[in-house]
Amino acid sequence: MNTLEAVGDLRLTGLTKRFGSFTAVDDLDLTIPQGSFFALLGASGCGKTTTLRMVSGLEDPTAGRIYIGDTEVTSTKPYKRPVNTVFQNYALFPHLNIYDNVAFGLRRRGVKDVKKQVDDILALVELAHLAKRKPTQLSGGQQQRVAVARALINQPQVLLLDEPLGALDLKLRRQMQIELKRIQTEVGLTFVHVTHDQEEAMTMADTIAVMSAGRIEQLGSPEELYENPATTFVANFLGQSNLVAGTVTGKEDGVITVDTHGVRIALPESRSRVESGAVIVGVRPEKVELAAGNAAIESGRNALPGGVVTDASFIGVSTQYLVKMPWGQELSVFEQNTGKEIYRPGAEVTLHWDATQTFGLDGSQDIEAGAEIDDEAAK
Amino acid sequence: MTTLTEAPPKASEVLGAPKKKRNLLPYLLLAPGVLWLVVFFLIPIITAISASIQTGSLDMGFKVTWNWANYSSTFSTYNTEIIHSLIYSIACTVICLLLGYPLAYFIAFRGGKWKNLLMALVIAPAFTSFLIRTIAWETILSDHGTVVRIMIDLRITNLMDHLGLITGNHVLNSPFSVVFGMVYNFLPFTVLPLYTSLEKIDPRLHEAGRDLYCSGYRTWRYVTWPLSLPGVIAGTLLTFIPAVGDYVNAYMLGSPNTQVIGQVIENEALRDVFGYPIASAMGVILTFGTLLIVLAYVKKAGSEDLL
Ligand SMILES: Nc1ncnc2c1ncn2[C@@H]1O[C@H](COP(=O)(O)OP(=O)(O)OP(=O)(O)O)[C@@H](O)[C@H]1O
Ligand SMILES: [Mg+2]
Repeated sequence: MNTLEAVGDLRLTGLTKRFGSFTAVDDLDLTIPQGSFFALLGASGCGKTTTLRMVSGLEDPTAGRIYIGDTEVTSTKPYKRPVNTVFQNYALFPHLNIYDNVAFGLRRRGVKDVKKQVDDILALVELAHLAKRKPTQLSGGQQQRVAVARALINQPQVLLLDEPLGALDLKLRRQMQIELKRIQTEVGLTFVHVTHDQEEAMTMADTIAVMSAGRIEQLGSPEELYENPATTFVANFLGQSNLVAGTVTGKEDGVITVDTHGVRIALPESRSRVESGAVIVGVRPEKVELAAGNAAIESGRNALPGGVVTDASFIGVSTQYLVKMPWGQELSVFEQNTGKEIYRPGAEVTLHWDATQTFGLDGSQDIEAGAEIDDEAAK
Repeated sequence: MTTLTEAPPKASEVLGAPKKKRNLLPYLLLAPGVLWLVVFFLIPIITAISASIQTGSLDMGFKVTWNWANYSSTFSTYNTEIIHSLIYSIACTVICLLLGYPLAYFIAFRGGKWKNLLMALVIAPAFTSFLIRTIAWETILSDHGTVVRIMIDLRITNLMDHLGLITGNHVLNSPFSVVFGMVYNFLPFTVLPLYTSLEKIDPRLHEAGRDLYCSGYRTWRYVTWPLSLPGVIAGTLLTFIPAVGDYVNAYMLGSPNTQVIGQVIENEALRDVFGYPIASAMGVILTFGTLLIVLAYVKKAGSEDLL
């Protein structure tokens, strides 16, 4: 299958939506390349659904423009846009069976012979045997696939998916993620997938935009976002981070030196967002190792001595530690199970890691931003 | 995907032989309702059927003589009234639907926080007696009333006269005033079930319709209308059934030329004792005729879209 109409990226410029005095989407500029799997990731209420609704035409923007390719669709009626939506709650038509639900869009566009297309798409989502059932007679995962089929059959230039997997249990969700990714690769349409599950975004998307309070915090590939978060929000929301406040004390040969609570830390200049003043240094928990007491650490590694293990959970492949630092902060460490000694709570340890794995963020931010929200979303 | 084809063993298989202990509670709970139906529905119907095929006189008494001629003579004598009842009630049902659907739609989807208040207003007239409201219309539509004067000034009476709805400038005592009264009285019976079924429709289904190439009208046609059909069927039935047997409106707002079945039954039953078989035959015709029409309608409506 390939798209019927001319190729085109989805482009949003200065897109804004206000409800009264509340700004739900704030001056969004975004280009989503044709054929990409794009994830819009953010906490509840950050404006993801509102953004999608403006793209589909169900909500009028307060300001800004929407383009698909070279065509502006900002004020085009929703039923005239080459865009279809998989709704958060599926919104399948309860009075129609699966076959008629899927054929709905084609029939409204006056396509006479829909049988072959419907059969094909039902085969693609592996639901051909349930064509005569009503939506209420299907499981959640099956309904979700019907919703995808009903939107996909129209071969829109852009398919919007609003947390389509939110209602499914973990196992089914993983299964559907793989299936959706397979379908997207197969049909090659632009998918804009909204989710607040960061793992889902990372496994499925080519590009992720992390959204917070109506704005895009950062945009990039999953690796980029994970390895080089631009803000504390992204660092905390996407996976976990150990963030420690410090001050830049010098710079030479592309390495910035930072003083954190009296300890000297080396930070690659290429991975730092600031070059002077207040800085927040960060490192992912799985990059950190533990050494007993105040053991000497080889050069080229950053070391934070004086930690006390407060919690150690052995989970087979790894052990997750919480380590209390002398200044009161608790840092987390994931050590892979390589046969090393396991430290018990109360043990004195030094944290150390490859200095090139350190990233630096603007020190004026809230160091906790995004952390609580992630805990909530994980529930 | 894994499939779960193996059905779990039935409870009875697990527990051995199923216990055959009769539970009496459901029957006890049903009893008052069944008793009610027997006393106030079954017995009267049987009495009416038996009365409709009796002949006799005051001296000899009445006997069931299987005198089916009561039916044929009823049909031939009163066919105008039967036709009146049908036309008026169908007209009333259709007009109620045309007026009630937009009203119910508006309240259900645009009513917002006023929904309940608006529905209360729709039902409010029912708090006054049916009879008093109908008498009020008799006054409002009388020849020297303001309403009729305005209608004359706007030449509306002229137009309606041409259409045969009224005679001259007399709005009252015409087919128009009869159907008007019926529509007024039965509109809430149409609106209430319509509102209930429209209100249940998830507005997100409308959005799904618009997303899938439906304009406003087509969203209504292909999403809202089929989903509101149960309400349409219930509303039209709740209007048609009382309307076809109604005679208060024809009596108060009509004339001898607009007589309906209900009036015939009353006249025959009140005339003298010889009218009983005819009145009963008429009642039986009305009951079973309505039943037949309703069954045919429900069957048709249930099997396909009404449009
Ligand atoms: N019609 C509306 N009127 C007023 N405020 C609204 C309206 N729709 C959304 N909002 C507000 O706009 C903000 C963004 O809402 P939106 O539905 O886009 O969130 P979201 O990112 O999709 O969240 P979730 O993950 O919970 O679905 C929320 O704070 C919400 O309360
Ligand atoms: Mg949402």
